[in-house]
This record gives sequence, C-alpha cells and structure tokens, in this order.
Amino acid sequence: MSQQQTNNMRPNGGAGKGPGNRAATHGKVKFTKDTIPTFKRLFSYYKGKSLVRFIIAMCLIVVTALVSVRSSLFLGEIIDNHVTPLLSQAVPDFSGLVSAIIKMIGIYAIGIVSSFLYNIMMCVVSNGILKQIRIEVFSHMQTLPIKYYDVNQYGDLMSRFTNDIDNIRQMLSQSVPQVFSTVVTIVSIFVAMIKLSLGLTAIVCGFVVVMYIITITLGGKSASFFKERQRSLGNVNAYIEEMINGQKVVKVFCHEEANKEVFDEKNENLRHKTSRANEVTNTMMPIMMQLGNFQYAFIAMVGGAIALSSGGVALTLGKLASFLTLAQSFNRPVSMVSQQINSVVMALAGAKRVFDVLDEKSETDEGYVTLVNAKENEDGSLSETNERTGIWAWKHPHKDGSLSYDRLRGEITLDSVDFGYVEGQTVLHDVSLWAKPGQKIAFVGSTGAGKTTITNLINRFYDIEDGKIRYDGININKIKKADLRRSLGMVLQDTHLFTGTIMDNIRYGRLDATDEEVIRAAKLANADSFISKLPDGYNTIISGTGSQLSQGQCQLLAIARCAVADPPAMILDEATSSVDTRTESLIQEGMDRLMEGRTVFVIAHRLSTIQNSNAIMVLENGRIIERGDHDDLIAQKGRYYQLYTGKTE
Amino acid sequence: MIKRLSKCVREYKVYALVTPLCVIAESVLEILIPFYMSKLIDFGVEMGDMEYIKREGLLLIALAIISMVFGVLGGRFAAKSASGFAKNLRHDLYYNIQRFSFSNIDKFSTAGLVTRMTTDVTQLEQAFMMVTRGIFRGPCIMITAFIMAFKINDKLPFVFLVAVPLIVVGLILVVKFGIPMFQKMFNAYDKLNSVIQENVRGIRAVKAYVREDKEIDKFSDSTDTLYRLSVRAEKLLAFASPIMSMAMSAVVLLICWFGAKLVVSNEMSTGQLMSMFSYVSRILTAFLMMSMIIMQITLSGAAAKRVIAVLDEEPDITNKEDPVYEVKDGSIEFKDVDFGYADHKSCLTGINLKIESGEVIGVLGGTGSGKSSLIQLLPRLYDVNNGSVSVGGVDVRDYDIETLRKNVSVVLQKNVLFEGSLRDNLKWGKKDATEEEMMAALDLAQASSFVANMEGGLDAYIEQGGTNVSGGQRQRLCIARALIGSPKILILDDSTSAVDTATEARIREGFRKFLPSTTKIIIAQRISSVKDADKIVVLDDGKISGIGTHDELIKSNKIYQEVYESQTKGGDFDEPTAD
Repeated sequence: MSQQQTNNMRPNGGAGKGPGNRAATHGKVKFTKDTIPTFKRLFSYYKGKSLVRFIIAMCLIVVTALVSVRSSLFLGEIIDNHVTPLLSQAVPDFSGLVSAIIKMIGIYAIGIVSSFLYNIMMCVVSNGILKQIRIEVFSHMQTLPIKYYDVNQYGDLMSRFTNDIDNIRQMLSQSVPQVFSTVVTIVSIFVAMIKLSLGLTAIVCGFVVVMYIITITLGGKSASFFKERQRSLGNVNAYIEEMINGQKVVKVFCHEEANKEVFDEKNENLRHKTSRANEVTNTMMPIMMQLGNFQYAFIAMVGGAIALSSGGVALTLGKLASFLTLAQSFNRPVSMVSQQINSVVMALAGAKRVFDVLDEKSETDEGYVTLVNAKENEDGSLSETNERTGIWAWKHPHKDGSLSYDRLRGEITLDSVDFGYVEGQTVLHDVSLWAKPGQKIAFVGSTGAGKTTITNLINRFYDIEDGKIRYDGININKIKKADLRRSLGMVLQDTHLFTGTIMDNIRYGRLDATDEEVIRAAKLANADSFISKLPDGYNTIISGTGSQLSQGQCQLLAIARCAVADPPAMILDEATSSVDTRTESLIQEGMDRLMEGRTVFVIAHRLSTIQNSNAIMVLENGRIIERGDHDDLIAQKGRYYQLYTGKTE
Repeated sequence: MIKRLSKCVREYKVYALVTPLCVIAESVLEILIPFYMSKLIDFGVEMGDMEYIKREGLLLIALAIISMVFGVLGGRFAAKSASGFAKNLRHDLYYNIQRFSFSNIDKFSTAGLVTRMTTDVTQLEQAFMMVTRGIFRGPCIMITAFIMAFKINDKLPFVFLVAVPLIVVGLILVVKFGIPMFQKMFNAYDKLNSVIQENVRGIRAVKAYVREDKEIDKFSDSTDTLYRLSVRAEKLLAFASPIMSMAMSAVVLLICWFGAKLVVSNEMSTGQLMSMFSYVSRILTAFLMMSMIIMQITLSGAAAKRVIAVLDEEPDITNKEDPVYEVKDGSIEFKDVDFGYADHKSCLTGINLKIESGEVIGVLGGTGSGKSSLIQLLPRLYDVNNGSVSVGGVDVRDYDIETLRKNVSVVLQKNVLFEGSLRDNLKWGKKDATEEEMMAALDLAQASSFVANMEGGLDAYIEQGGTNVSGGQRQRLCIARALIGSPKILILDDSTSAVDTATEARIREGFRKFLPSTTKIIIAQRISSVKDADKIVVLDDGKISGIGTHDELIKSNKIYQEVYESQTKGGDFDEPTAD
C-alpha cells in the first residue's frame, strides 16, 4: 500500500506514469456494472453550448473519416476512368482527368477543414469539461469533513486529481473521437470493399481474425508483464524515496554499501521486468505491419488471378488497385480499435473514482445561529453592524421571523462528552469542563491521551457521540460551522503555510487586514525580527512546506496569523513546540497580551508555559484524571506532579 | 549531453548498436516490398503471367517474413538496451548520491534527487528507446524510398519537394511555438497540483479559518490558467496538422496529374504509378517521424540536464590518502572554527572548545544559534571553512570517514526509521549486533519496555518513516540504534524532545552509569536535560557565549539565565533535581 501511495504522490504522476498505472494494478481492464452509469454521468457534462459543439464535432469526424475513405479510392478511379481509356486515344483528352483532380481538391479541402474544425472544437469542449470537473471536485472537497481526510490517504486523493483526471482528459480529447472515427472508417471501408469485391473482402476478414487473435494474445501478455513492471517500478521508486529522504541518516551510519546491494537487486529486477514487458510490446508493431504486407501480397495474387481468369469482368485492374489501398487502410483502425476501447474503459474507471469523491457526503451544517459584528445601543441592547467593532454577537433567527442578539462572551462548556473516531471505539469518556469567559484552560497528558481530540470537537472538526458542548449557552450544533470556526482561532502543531508571500500567509487569518495590522501581529508573535532579516522582508515568497524557514519560525507565523484574525476564543495546540525556550519566553509577553480577554484552550508539552492557566486538565486514556490550577495539582502529588517534577512516587 | 548519457549504456552496448542495424534492414525491406508489388502488377497481372504472379507473390511474402524478423529483433533489442540503460543510469545516480556529502544533498534537496531518480530516468528511458528505434528509420526509409522512386522516374519524385516548405513551416510552428507553449502548460499543471497538495495537507488550517472560498478561488485561477494554456497549445497543434495534410494532398494530386501524363505517353506503367504513390507517401511519413523524434529529444533535454548535474556532482567530502583507521579516545577539540553553509552567511565563527574523553557536554542556544552545525562538524557531515576540528587528537579530515562515523555516533534531529523489522533498523548501528547487544541498547534508551509490548518484539514491523510508533518512541529507538555500535562519542541533537522528563532523566542516568568512557554531547531545549552536564556550552548567533557548569553559568551568563528563567518562571517551588 505504501508503495502504491508514494507512487501516486508524484505530482506529474511521473513515477506511476505509463499505460494504466492504476488499472494495471487491478489487472486486466474490464467492464463492470459501473461502466455504463459512469459513462452516462460523464456524458452529462456535455450540455448547452458544449453539447452542440460536441455534436458538430462528431459530425465533422464522420465527414473526415468519409473523406479519407473516399481519397483512398481515388487512385483506382483515376487509373480506371481517366488514365487507361486515354491509352487507346490517339489524341488524349485530359479534361476528364482535370475535372477529377479538381473534384479531389474539393474533397481534400473539405476533409482538411472539417478535421481542423473538429480538433478546435474538441479541444475547447474537452478542456472546458475538465476544468469544470476539476473545480467541482476541488470545491466539493472543501466541504468534506475532516474525517474524510483521515480515512483517505493523501496519496490516494492526489492520484484522483492527477492520474484519474489525466485518464479522463485522454479519453475526452483523444479516445472518444478516435473510437468514433475508427468505427466510421471501418464501416465505410468495409462497405466500399464489399462493393468492389465480395470474395476479396472475405480474405481481408480472415486476416482481421488472425490479427485480432495476435492482438489478444500478445496484448494480454504485454498487459500482465506491464503490471509486473509497474509493481517493480513502484517498489524501486518507494525505495529511492525512503532512502534519499533518509540519506542523512544513511550517511551517519555509513550504511551506503549495504543500501547499494539492496538497490542493485531491486534495480536489476526492474530492468528485467521492463525489458520483458517492452520486448513483447515492441514485437506487436512489426508483426502487424508485415501481416498487412502478407495480406497485400496474398490479395494481389488472388485478385490478379481473378482479374486474369475473368478477363477483367469480375475485377478490373483499377478496382484491384483500389481494393489493395482500401485493405491497407483497413488494417490500421482494426488493430487499433481494441486498444482504444481499452483506454476508454480505463478512463471510465478513473472517472468512477473521481465521481466517488463528488458523491462523498459533505459536512452537514444545520446551524442557524450566526456570528455578527455588533454595536451597543444606548439602551444596552445590541444591533448588527458591518464594521469591526470588537464586539461580537450571536444572531438568533426565531421561528416568528424576529431576530435576537446575544453578546459573545466566550463561555464554553463540555457536558459528559463521549467521542470516538471510529464507531464503537470511544476515545473520550465522559469529559466535562467549564471555561468561563477569558479563562485559559490547559490540557496536558501523554501522546494519545485525547488532548487534540477535545479541541477538534469544540470547532466541530468532528461531531460528538454523546453529551453536549455549549458556546455561550448555545448548543454548538445550532451554530453555523463557519461562524463557530471564525470565533475560534487555531494554531496547530503542524503549521500549514501556503505558497505566497509572508504577508499573504499572515493575512490568511483575516483577508481584509492592512499591512500595518499584519506587521503588528507579526511583532506580537515575535516573528517580525526574523522576517525583517529575510531578503525581501514581508514580501519574501515561501513555499507551502515552508522549507526556507525553521519549524519554529513557521510556528511564529502561524501565531501571527491567528493574532491578525483577532478571534474571540483561541485554541493553541502545541503552538510553540518547535520554538526554543528563550524565544518562547520572549513571545510569552506577546502571547499573554494575545490571550488577554479571550477564552483560550492550550495544549502544551512544556509545562512551564501553562503554569498560569486558570485550570489545567490532566488527561489519560481519554479521561480527565486531574483538574485544578498549578498549585492545586502540585499539592495533589498525582500525575501532574510526576510530569512536572520528573519524579515517580 | 548525449555523450555523457551514452556512458551509461555499457554492457548493453551490443543491443544498442544492433538495434539500429535491425531497424535499417527492416526499413530497407519495407521499401523494397512496394517495388516488388509494382513488378507483380506490371509483369504479372498486366502480362497475364500467372507463374510470375505466383513467384513474385511468394518472394514478397518471404521479404515480409524477413522484414518481420528484423522488426521483432529490433524491438526486442531496443527494449533490452533501453531498460539496461535506465538501470545503469539509476545505478550511477544512486551510487554517486551515496558519495554525496550533506552539502551536496542540500544543493539538490532530497525531493529534487528523488524526482531525478524516478520521473526523469523514466522519461529518458522512453526517449532512449524511441531514439534507438527511430533515429535511423526515418532517414533510411527516406533515402531508400527516394532511390526507388528515382529508379522509376527521374523527375517525378521531386514533386515531394513541393511539400517540404509546407512541412517545414508546420515544424517550425510546432518546435518554435509549440514546445514553449507545452512547457508553460506543464508548469501550470504543476502549479495546479501544488495548490491541491497544499490544500489537502493544510485542510485543517483551511477549515479552522473558514477559507474554503478563498481556496476555491485560488484553485479556479490555476485551473483557468491551465485551461487557457492547454487550449492555446492544442489549438496550435490543430493548426499544424492541416498544414501537414495539405502537403500530403498536394503531393498526391500532383503525382496524379504528372503521373497520368507519363502513363499516357508510355513513359511509365500504371503499376509504377501506384508504387510512386506509395514511395512518396512514405517519404513524407518518414519526414514526420523524424520531426517527432527531434521533438522528443528536445522535450527530454531538460530531464537529461537535471540528471547529468547529479551524475557530474563531485562529493566535497572525501577520504584523504592514507587515512587514520583508529580513533584513540573521545576527546574533542575545536580550534578557531568558522563554518557556513554553501550559499548562506557564516553560521559559526571563532569556535574554540576542548572536551575531555568521557565528559557529558550540554549544548544550549536558540533556534539558528548553530548548535546542530557545531556537532555536524564532528563526524564530518560538513567540513569547516577555517580552523580545525579534532577527535582523539587527530584532525577529523585525516580519518577514514567510515572509521570516524562509526566512532562518532549522531542521533539527528530529523531522524527516521526505515521500513522493515525493528531488528533490521537496529542493525544499521552495527551489522552483526547480537540479541544481547540490541536488548542492552534498548534498555539504555529506555525503550525495552514498550518494545516488549510491541507485537513481535524485536521483529515488530516498522512502517516507512516509522509512523506506527509515537514520536517519543521513535526518538528512543533512534537513540538505541546509535548506541549499539558502542561509539566513542555519542551526540544527541535534540533527540529527546518528545520524551517525557522522567524517562529522559532515566536515559541520562543510564548513560552516566553504563557509558562512562563515552563522550556524550546533548543538545537540548530544556535546562533540565543539560543541568547536570560536566560542561554546558551556550551558543548565541554562531558564537560561544559561555562555557561552564550550571552553577557557573547561572551566575555569569545572561542568556543562560534567561533560558533558565523562562523554564522556571512563576515557580515558587523547588527546582526539581533529576536524581
């Protein structure tokens, strides 16, 4: 699985590139019960203007295919109707030939124009549909619950965007028109051949059967070899990825030689598999081509015999020539059609996976209480305003259509909350707590004790199983999710920055923040000093992984981002875990100022940073086992005391 | 470029050379076949000579069989040589990377190295196969077909020249404008993917700040760009292809006209006219094929350049001639050391430090103060710019690197475990480690209790990156791995940050008791981790700001005081002692 995953993670699908990366791992491409509905659903994207364009493009494809069939007959006609008769004329009359050629120029022109037009149309239509699908999938992903991201691996999601959508692209812009044009070509050539000579057509059919058998045998063999090759490639690439990423550790332990041996073995295996797969695939083309030549020679002999024995009655020389040309152009589409259908089926399998994402249920939000900026009226009541007043209010719509406003105070209570990520596996048991407005509540405990889980319930990344969570007395289920989250600033342990300037990254917290506000927030988080040392200061562009910055610096930016958002309540999940203690103490003052007047939930590893909390919750195995302020807990000489002093008693 | 890469063909050279020979034979035969076909019609069908038809027909079939044999062989040899080439290329890259020093790795970045060894190599492999099979095919078909056509008639074949300007225009259009357009399109595609990547990775930040709409806007912009560029690039191709068809049609029509005249004036037979068509259309196809190959080579050029850069990179840390193979003891001396990473400002200046064998040294300092840089000089992960670092009284640059690194064991800050059993992972520290040695190391690292609880104990399976154990457990396993080779110097670079204080204290206690002669250097954030060290080095901005014991520094060093304060602030309690 991990190999598959790393394989799919490459942005360009690079490592996993090649015919049917995903399909190959599933074995032979086949029709499933989903194929037809998926096709219908994909087809439903052709609508309105793009449907019209698509239909026109398909008509043009028919025209193009007919023109190419017509032009392969041209040579025979010229010889029969316009050249041979001239041989017997004393003074050859070329006018027939001229008009035939002019007619042909017209036909060619029609072919060129229609093929040009259908290419342009298909390109606009299929790219448009792709764009639409991409945006739909991406937008839908934004609405999916966090749980979806827990269950589905990152690599798998990426591969839907890369490999699967690529397959759809291939299908829309190439396979579908190709299959269509191939079928038209095959049918029209077949008709033309029958008209020329039924007997010879039978011979061609015989050859087609042989070709089909060869394609199936060799193709099947090649597909299974490619499957093995793909697995071997995934194996090598996963090894490279793991070892190069750990290259520094490899060096420290002088493990280079041992690694080389393993690598050589895997590499040789890949060579063997690749070679075998390509050897089979490469033989297909020459065999098919020469089979075409056999057919040519065979038909020439048989056709020649017929023409001679019947004295040109059953078959004229020109007709034989035409037939030979037709038979040659018949082979190519026939040998290609199965391959094209394969790729359509494969793309449909990819489309199915993409549609699966679209069918995934969005986060439900039955909340109706919203968060608004408010201003205080003279009589002490609140009314809504568009400005940022620093006063927030919960806006309740009532059944009778009236509205009421409650001031946001920041009181958060948990009442006997049970929760499990997977049904039946409860990880939080009977958690109750009461955070009064402006209090700082800390969670401590070992990894997996459930600290982060609690905070994820407050902002409704996950929904609780049992119990109640209230925000200013309102059940959080009644609050619109977006507003609930806007009221809670979050700084997470794994900081996520986005490609862009530092300014933009901090402003992510509040999009209408001015430059001054951003800089003030950065100063508060003590990030200003390192930012101003960067070559372009606040305009320095950082990559999404923040690789130019240290982990600690990324965390400072995340704190600044939260500061600029200026939320009424905050969740700090190991927000300064990578910041060194000295810097931490330097920003402590800023952090204190930031936390002032806000309800804050803090998860921290370093107990020194949470000593001044109003309440500290010690968690173990999903239960609160101790609670109280620092002094209470030290006096209790329990788990907190142990953690704090490093003593076991 | 091609010369450099062709060095990787090596033992597959025979295949690589035979492939074009097969291809040449195949393509010459492929042209001869229409020649015999025309003879079949002229002398057999027209003369009504059934004997002739049979004889020539059989000859044709024989030729087709020979051509097929060559074609199949060519295909097989091409597959063999291309996969062999890719294998050797991967091998050379990997082996050279193994020689890389840390600064070489930094230069390319690990992600960059991975891409080169995977995507780029695969692309070059495909280009290689295409080139060996195609490079002679085009010219060969063209020349043979031209000769054959010329033999039929010495003027008519020149008709194809009419097509040349058209084809050249088409090619220029594609090469000059198309390739940059496609490259732009690929870039847009990469950018789109990186937007998705960041979004998926940072979905919690997105949701926490309710920025779904902003993300969708950002994504729509990228898709728009991609859409625009794709349509533009594909439209260009749509423009180019009618030009090619026009060239083809023009040639066919011209041959029809002039050919018919020649037939009428008895200068050419109808059979010959038919072959003429076939030759000329083959000349044109060959022309197109050649242009495809040129395009493929151009597109692979970027990949080739990237790969060659890695192949030609010289490691900047190598064994000296006649190196020292023994490390006497764990004493360390830094003399006037200056150090800076390749393209950055210096990050260590004027470091002077003497450490006796067996001492416990604590290193403290803020982010970016140079702690990690300092200790990475000891096992020569980087080399100093000025001054010298010696271990056991010998300059580290005089040691055999393997000897040095076996004796100076570092637990890196960013440490990883590898996919495989726990036992395999521990063996990295010492190839022939016994069960007892492993257990002893795990004991010392305070890891034996949780290892005992893991399914399979020492044979427990570690997933890639060690994701199936917790952060603190991973750190302890990494410590055990470093301990197992009984190094003379052991360096822990912030390696217990995720281990709780009590366990960490037990680890340090064990070190003191069981590793008395090993020099221990501990980089830490917590004062408690270094408090009882023999010496504590305080670094600030790449300089040593103070050296001394806890009691000395608490009196004399301002930074130390600050750090100490920050960790004990608000405490009206007795500072806990670790023992």
